Amino acid sequence: MNRTAQLWLLWILLTVAGGGVLVAGMFYGGPTRAKLLIGETTSGHHQIELACNACHTSAFNSSEDIEKTCHGCHDADLNAAKDSHPLKKFRDPRNADRLDKLAATKCITCHTEHRPNVTNAMGVTLPSDYCALCHQDVGKNRPSHAGLGFETCASAGCHNYHDNTSIYEDFLEKHAAEPDVKDKPVVKLNTEKIEIPAKGDRLSTADAADAPAGKQGGAGVMAEWLATSHARGGVNCSGCHAPKAKGTEAVAANWVDKPDHKVCATCHGIEATTWRQGKHGMRLADKMLSETQGLYGLFQNKSLSPMRPELARLPMQSKAAHSELTCTSCHSSHAFDTKQAAVASCTGCHADEHTKAYEGSPHHKLLVAELSGNAETGTGVSCATCHMPRAWMEGPGGYEEALVANHNQNANLRPNEKMIRSVCMNCHGLGFSIDALADPDLIKRNFDGRPSAHIESIDWVMKRLKEKGGQ
Amino acid sequence: MLKVPRTILASAIAAGCVLAAGAGASVTAAGVAYKDVADMLIAVMVADRTVYTKKVVQRLAAKEKVVKASEHFDDDKALPLPAQMFRFGAEHVADNTDKFSYSLLSMWPINKQNAPRTEIEKAGLQFVADNKGENYYGEEELGGKKYFTAVYADVAVAAVCASCHNEHKDTPRTDFKVGDVMGGVVIRIPMAE
Repeated sequence: MNRTAQLWLLWILLTVAGGGVLVAGMFYGGPTRAKLLIGETTSGHHQIELACNACHTSAFNSSEDIEKTCHGCHDADLNAAKDSHPLKKFRDPRNADRLDKLAATKCITCHTEHRPNVTNAMGVTLPSDYCALCHQDVGKNRPSHAGLGFETCASAGCHNYHDNTSIYEDFLEKHAAEPDVKDKPVVKLNTEKIEIPAKGDRLSTADAADAPAGKQGGAGVMAEWLATSHARGGVNCSGCHAPKAKGTEAVAANWVDKPDHKVCATCHGIEATTWRQGKHGMRLADKMLSETQGLYGLFQNKSLSPMRPELARLPMQSKAAHSELTCTSCHSSHAFDTKQAAVASCTGCHADEHTKAYEGSPHHKLLVAELSGNAETGTGVSCATCHMPRAWMEGPGGYEEALVANHNQNANLRPNEKMIRSVCMNCHGLGFSIDALADPDLIKRNFDGRPSAHIESIDWVMKRLKEKGGQ
Repeated sequence: MLKVPRTILASAIAAGCVLAAGAGASVTAAGVAYKDVADMLIAVMVADRTVYTKKVVQRLAAKEKVVKASEHFDDDKALPLPAQMFRFGAEHVADNTDKFSYSLLSMWPINKQNAPRTEIEKAGLQFVADNKGENYYGEEELGGKKYFTAVYADVAVAAVCASCHNEHKDTPRTDFKVGDVMGGVVIRIPMAE
């Protein structure tokens, strides 16, 4: 074989080997996968972008298969939002001509991933005047809407495609006259006690701790544990560190130094479920694999690692960059202090303007007053008050509801009007809330000041009502 | 699978059977005619709708006044309106089968999305409004599929039907009375190739 042939052979072998590594990375994952992403993912999915299987359930799956994964994660939210454009509305054959223009029965018609150059707010990848495709004659029935640009429907603060629960016309009318701040501004659900069934009798002394020798915490750990509802509800050391073990020997044999979220989930199921739906815990949701088993054992199933601030797209504290987010990141491992989890745990990582402006803000002052006993329970506003608000939620089995803090911090954040009913309207009037959330600078200042924006939707509703009444 | 009866005409057929629909239907081991299936379906729909309107909403909201009925029943902790109840049923069916679909439409819709759109909807709603007691049947092609489409009058069976529509701020008509045709139920059955 002459030298040229040898070089050709070498080139072919290297090309095949290199291609093989890339193809294997694409199909099975591993370190090369990140280089193979076909376009930056949306802010909603970037944390799980290396778990390709989360959406692409098989190598050659259809768009219908991808759709199923959309529904798997997002249906509950859409139902809770009383989706204004549910798929079932479009299944009626009378809408066939509309579906020809816009396949509204498919999520990916409007939300296509990996298209950063055409991705708008809410991860929408359609031109922003898409409402015109079905509502082009709105001006006929609503003269006030004649001549308005269709690109403004969902961007002017008046309508959302999916969630209009706090901005639908009759709701605006009903709450039109509310003052900026209500007479008794209290977050009602924060005044109620969260009940979790006790596991046993109260444990009130360090002697009761059943950790094996060598695993007993110091006095500080004991004091923290004894002050918790865990100790009050009979949850001993083994309850978390060796939850399935019975008896001293079994506890010692099965002891886990750092129990993960799955252990917490045995008692706090709704919290754990919602946490894994939000940005803090979504990397630990089921089947989020950075590597899948295959190629004769060369690749193994590997879950994504927990979220770390360094992976976030929002500004984060550099000192926290490498911390991994688990339940104990915010709740600490023995004190489980919800006051700390409601503010200090957030500010320990987040470093955006809104977070940095919280201390000293009107909401923060209210919290200080409440915690110091100078104001009623429920009057303070922590980070969690707005971003992990309490709600009555169905348990994992769907059989019963419980009052819990919704740990999906994104559930009421996009679009931010979702927050109006669950949070703002506890204390503020609807009009003020809409305006405040439409003012990005006010949000950056953590609501220190008054809204400079004004959304006219309530004015329009009242004007129309007056005109109708005058007929 | 429904058998395609050759007796179904390609053009619209008007037939006077109203809510006695289904009477005289030809049910055989070989199948049931599209028209008979539609007539049977409307009989059940109208029965449920009338019972809900009279025995629940009319009785508890209008007469006894122990509970309200409201368009925003969740927010108002109230009963869904009869028309909403009917639509929820239609959506439930759409979620569970593609063997038929139905919708509640009107030439005077409160929600403008419920105005007639296809030629058969337009002709059918006009026909049942002009010919009280009669139904409208036809075939149409939508999205490349052929449908047997039946249109039945939706009549104000209780005073609350008329008053609620007359008073709604989005209504284009304010003179409905009990017994008036307020719109129509459109049933579609995909036809076998």
